[in-house]
Amino acid sequence: MTTQRPRVTRNTPKFKDLLRDTRFWRVAGQVIAVLLFLLLVILVVDNVIYNLRALGIQLGFGFLGSQASFDIGETLISYNPADSYGRAILVGLVNSLRVIVVGLVLATILGLVAGIARLSNNWLVRQLALVYVETIRNIPLLLQLFFWYFAFFLQLPNVANQITLPGSTYLSSRGLYLPWIQGGAGAGVWLLLLALGIAGAIAVWQWRTQVMQERGVRGNQMLWALAPIVVAIALAYIINGAIPFRITLPQMVDTEQIEGGLRLSPEFGTLLLGLVVYTGSFIAEIVRAGIQAVPQGQWEAARALGLKSGRIMQSVVLPQALRVIIPPLTSQYLNLAKNSSLAIAIGFPDVYFVASTTFNQTGRAVEVMFLIMITYLTISLIISLAMNLFNRTVQFKER
Amino acid sequence: MQTELPPPVAPPISRASSPWEWMRVNLFSTWYNIILTIVCVVIIVVGISNLLRWVFDIAQWNVVVTNLQLFFVGRFPPELYWRVWLSLGVLACLAGIAWGFSRTDARWLSHSTLIALGVIVAAVILLPIPLSSRLWLVTIALVATIGYAAGRQLPPNLSSWLPVMWGVAFLLVWWLIKGGLGLAPTPTTVWSGLLLTLLTATTSIILSFPLGVLLALGRQSPLPVVRGLSTLYIEVIRGLPLIGILFLAQVMLPLFLPPWFRDLDRVLRAIAGLVLFSAAYLAENVRGGLQAVPRGQAEAAKALGLGAPLTVSLIVLPQALKAVIPAIVGQFISLFKDTSLLALFGLLELTGIARSILAQPEFIGRYAEVYLFIGLIYWIFCYGMSQASRNLERKLNVGQR
Repeated sequence: MTTQRPRVTRNTPKFKDLLRDTRFWRVAGQVIAVLLFLLLVILVVDNVIYNLRALGIQLGFGFLGSQASFDIGETLISYNPADSYGRAILVGLVNSLRVIVVGLVLATILGLVAGIARLSNNWLVRQLALVYVETIRNIPLLLQLFFWYFAFFLQLPNVANQITLPGSTYLSSRGLYLPWIQGGAGAGVWLLLLALGIAGAIAVWQWRTQVMQERGVRGNQMLWALAPIVVAIALAYIINGAIPFRITLPQMVDTEQIEGGLRLSPEFGTLLLGLVVYTGSFIAEIVRAGIQAVPQGQWEAARALGLKSGRIMQSVVLPQALRVIIPPLTSQYLNLAKNSSLAIAIGFPDVYFVASTTFNQTGRAVEVMFLIMITYLTISLIISLAMNLFNRTVQFKER
Repeated sequence: MQTELPPPVAPPISRASSPWEWMRVNLFSTWYNIILTIVCVVIIVVGISNLLRWVFDIAQWNVVVTNLQLFFVGRFPPELYWRVWLSLGVLACLAGIAWGFSRTDARWLSHSTLIALGVIVAAVILLPIPLSSRLWLVTIALVATIGYAAGRQLPPNLSSWLPVMWGVAFLLVWWLIKGGLGLAPTPTTVWSGLLLTLLTATTSIILSFPLGVLLALGRQSPLPVVRGLSTLYIEVIRGLPLIGILFLAQVMLPLFLPPWFRDLDRVLRAIAGLVLFSAAYLAENVRGGLQAVPRGQAEAAKALGLGAPLTVSLIVLPQALKAVIPAIVGQFISLFKDTSLLALFGLLELTGIARSILAQPEFIGRYAEVYLFIGLIYWIFCYGMSQASRNLERKLNVGQR
């Protein structure tokens, strides 16, 4: 039996066949995409150049070196109106970072507490947490900032009739005055040694936990971890001979003025309060969902081992819930960082506000927009990277 | 083989729980629960009594009563109010139909419906509004009820027509508000108040929808260049604060466009900014839906001989979009809240009009009243939509397990 071999026809490829070929489209699609993108870029760049020429503006970052001549209400690093625009924007950036870092910490704490409260076995606590979450989440942050600023902080009594809170804390329309720790000469050495001590304590804690797990003896982590910190403090005292820290309490000098302590301006206070309360309500929902994602059996098993409910939450449930919590938490952290730009609404000089003032004075829209983009993208990137690293440590470690 | 059944186990003894029993379990189970309960009671009593005292004694609500129209329709010409009312009627009718259509249980009215009706009736009676507005409100409520009744009678195979009807209604509302084609046109400068908030939010989400879907498909595309460009766009926009994007739209957009666009309308610029912003987030939502569609679906479509465009548009996208409806509603809620940022760019939407009212000399210092009032408006919309979305999620059965 002979098999007839199929006849191979070599037709020249027709255009119609080409249209059906995915390999063709794979290349053509990309070429078209690139061309469209380039066309868009060329059109935009051309228009920008034309429009800027018509307005008589030249591109370039040279303006950052010229004198800003506007004042900034609160600064952490030294600044005066004779400084450059670049310096002003740096001051704004430091202000932004300050509110973002403090806000992240406080919002996490508030969200964690409210999220756990949403699952409390106490009915009243549950309802209070629910009311907090559902009220705050459904009102725009900007409106909340306006409310806190105009209807709360600015309505507070003046310094002469200020509200005194327990612990030498004063609240008035000038801001919130808190007791604070002030470092003197040699504080740097202390802080360095203390940081080393804490790092040592963490290492010792992990070592003792490992010992406890491997040999089944008591770890006494708390006691052991205390040792490096005590050693660090003792060393610091020996080197320095004195404690360079003292607590300064806010004190009224006369009826108009308060000295000492830490002053949080109404603007900073509003922004921080608004961001923390708003983001906290979202984090609460994330924490609640995360805890509920931990199977009921984990609770029951831990209870069967005789652990108390606080201990169960801390060592059994939360570590597992973190796997679910971290990814949405990251996006809430990013939201907080981005929302800090609403500072402009209440006049807190963050980086967006200062950049916007710079634009108003110089008319450099393109450069200012570029700076804003770079700043926020960098902040977002740093938060994402840090959270991704953290996420990797809490994910399941499977054998 | 086991032949005997295990002995029947007695059902757990159900204790009829008395109020005391309930309180012992839910409020006073342990010593720290007792402390928590006491703390909570103190917070609630002090909070509510202070709030009530403020609401009824201290607050001066005339700032809200006097400016009620400004809050809702702003500076829209009063002789054209009928167009706003008519738009509201169209939407109410359609909402009634959609709601009646989506209800499956036999009861005609549920508790939530009754509560909603009660609120509407109370609003009509209590709100200090002119008689004509009351009549309009009653008519709209009637139209919505008729729509609801009609929606319950509709055969289920008409369900695919609902989105089309919403699309037509959207265009109709734009025509009624904007004018033209036989109606007297209104300049966008008179659009303000809640009207502008709703217009910008809905228009932005609808316009960002095609862009968002394209970006999501682009990000999933096997073509590296398309994927790279889409990812770049999505990540850059998501890394920027909305206020920066609105700045871009208000200040830079005229620079990007040819000179004859220089005097682009401010409202349009704002919508453009919101669309650019919203599309990136929508793309991420849709991408979640695309990833949830099993790979086998696309492979089966390919096996049937469908090309890539047909596979995506007929097989993958419908399933993906259905899965992300709740997420899109959630995004609409946040966009609705985000429109408040337009106030910072001089637009008089709800927050902006509140600020301009507060700038009037006779209402200076009435911050708390005004901000609480518009906060309540925002809250009603957002909370209502989130509840509706939760119902929808249950109905579509696509939520997280």
